[in-house]
Amino acid sequence: MNQQFQLPGSYKKWTWGLIVAGLIAVLYGFIKFHPFTHPVAGDGNYDSTRFWAVLLQNSVYWLLLVNASMFFICITTLAMGGWQTAMRRVPEAISSVVPLLGIINFVVLLALILGGRTDIYHWLDPNLYVKGTSTFDKILNGKHGFLNPTFFLVWSALCTLLWSLLGKKMRSLSLNADSDGAMDHTKAKRWLDKNFTFASYYIVFFGLSVASVTPWLWLMSIDPHWYSTMYSWYTFSSTFVSGLSLIAIFVIFLKNRDQLEYVTEEHLHDIGKFMFAFSVFWAYLWFDQYMLIWYSNQPEETRYFIARIGTATQSGPYSGIFFFNLIVNFLGPLLILMKKGSKRNWTVVTFVAVLIIFGHWIDFYQMIMPGTLGAHAELLPFEFGVACLFIGIIMWGTGRFFEKNSLVPKNNPFLKESMIHHT
Amino acid sequence: MSGIKKFVVGSFDDEAVLFPAVKNVRKAGYKIHDVYTPFPVHGLDHALGLRETSLHTAGFIYAITGTTTALTFISWVFTKDWPLNIGGKPHFSLPAWIPITFELTVLFSAVGMVLTFCYLCQLSPFIKKHHFSARATDDHFVMAIECTDKTDDAEVESFLQKAGAKDINIQVAETGWWIGRYDKEQKLYRHELGY
Repeated sequence: MNQQFQLPGSYKKWTWGLIVAGLIAVLYGFIKFHPFTHPVAGDGNYDSTRFWAVLLQNSVYWLLLVNASMFFICITTLAMGGWQTAMRRVPEAISSVVPLLGIINFVVLLALILGGRTDIYHWLDPNLYVKGTSTFDKILNGKHGFLNPTFFLVWSALCTLLWSLLGKKMRSLSLNADSDGAMDHTKAKRWLDKNFTFASYYIVFFGLSVASVTPWLWLMSIDPHWYSTMYSWYTFSSTFVSGLSLIAIFVIFLKNRDQLEYVTEEHLHDIGKFMFAFSVFWAYLWFDQYMLIWYSNQPEETRYFIARIGTATQSGPYSGIFFFNLIVNFLGPLLILMKKGSKRNWTVVTFVAVLIIFGHWIDFYQMIMPGTLGAHAELLPFEFGVACLFIGIIMWGTGRFFEKNSLVPKNNPFLKESMIHHT
Repeated sequence: MSGIKKFVVGSFDDEAVLFPAVKNVRKAGYKIHDVYTPFPVHGLDHALGLRETSLHTAGFIYAITGTTTALTFISWVFTKDWPLNIGGKPHFSLPAWIPITFELTVLFSAVGMVLTFCYLCQLSPFIKKHHFSARATDDHFVMAIECTDKTDDAEVESFLQKAGAKDINIQVAETGWWIGRYDKEQKLYRHELGY
């Protein structure tokens, strides 16, 4: 069994290349965009807002994306899934990046809150809550019990901490089983019970965080007057489908390096089905969020879409991106992955996975930019450079896990089931 | 397709015995008419060397038909036949039609695929088909091997015996389906023809 994996030199070159490119982009932004100044109304300089908006977009997107890997492990554990065991080390490796990206994300959020970035989070402005003044905001005053810096920071810290700790526990359960020798029936049962327990804790907290409160705080509060009950599900589906795509890419990468000997086309077929299904799920939420607001036509709700696609007479600055989104994230995966043959084709799945990850990055871009930069957002090397930094960090952390640990969970009771897996 | 043929029928009581048996029977060059199982056995169609089903292609075509039907009909009704002002929305309001379009897409593909499936499997009310063994719906995996003029029945029987079949017999049966009812007529088709 070829267990210990040596990363190829090209992988390391790419990792460090992307990290260096990303650091240069961040440094460039740091010097050029004066991130600690605040935009003055009317002077047309949005550089500092752009710096923080891009950092927020990337840190939240890539954090939720790697976190989706642990969600994948936990749902398959709770569903007594066996098929994914042969490639289980891949989502484990990806999720090992969560603590690092969580800290980066938390630092960005801390800077936004403590720096009083009212251009990103309008609700941070203390003048909104002084009764009897002209700046008093009745709606935000009503939401103040939820939308306030203390709760924001406590909840963000709790998310980072619990995702990291519960994820670490799930990973160590799996890794410790490697050295503990083959399991008999009772031992396997006890081991699985422990897995179920922590997976359940994780799923419950995941439901409270990614599937509800966290996107409200981190992303939806950029447009604080507006709300959508679909928003968190939308964010979740967006990051889950891109998380699955990232798993697919790493599985194919390892397979190309003659690793993961038990992973076959059957497993790829199932990942492809997941990618296909959750692309459709994302489109369902994309459409429902739009249609309900379009139908009821309430001014306080439609403003979110007017900022993106404009009105019937004048198209908005983001209408191109908004509909491009639907093509890359829904029509593309739908039509390409529909055939059985393409879900079993390594090249096609790689292509669609890259398309989905890029598409949802753009999706997050159009979720954040209209509320912060309005018509002044850019899509220039700086934006892509910051994304490179995060991709580099994910590659670095994942690669480190691959080198340190065996890629086959050889004592997992479900390994046999995964080896003979047949769709 | 249809016609009366002679079959050597072997019943297996274990999936694990069935798979190598299928492999060996195919390797020996016998023609397997079909294998009847109490539940879907994963990988059996692959072992039998059946071609990929085209049921999903049919499903796609039905779905596209449903989408087109819905969109053309709704747009004709709301823009040409009976335009109504609903909440000040334009007559041609695509978002409002998407749910119905989706429903019709699903309805057409679901109903179409079920009917196509029944046709391909030769299942229908008021239609009869020969059963090689009643236990194929209970606990036996039934393999029917088709005999040609050159096939030596005894040889096939002993072959199946060695492959682990629990029950072996020779049947002469209609391969296709015919009009009739299981609850009313007990007489077999071949008796009607005086075979």
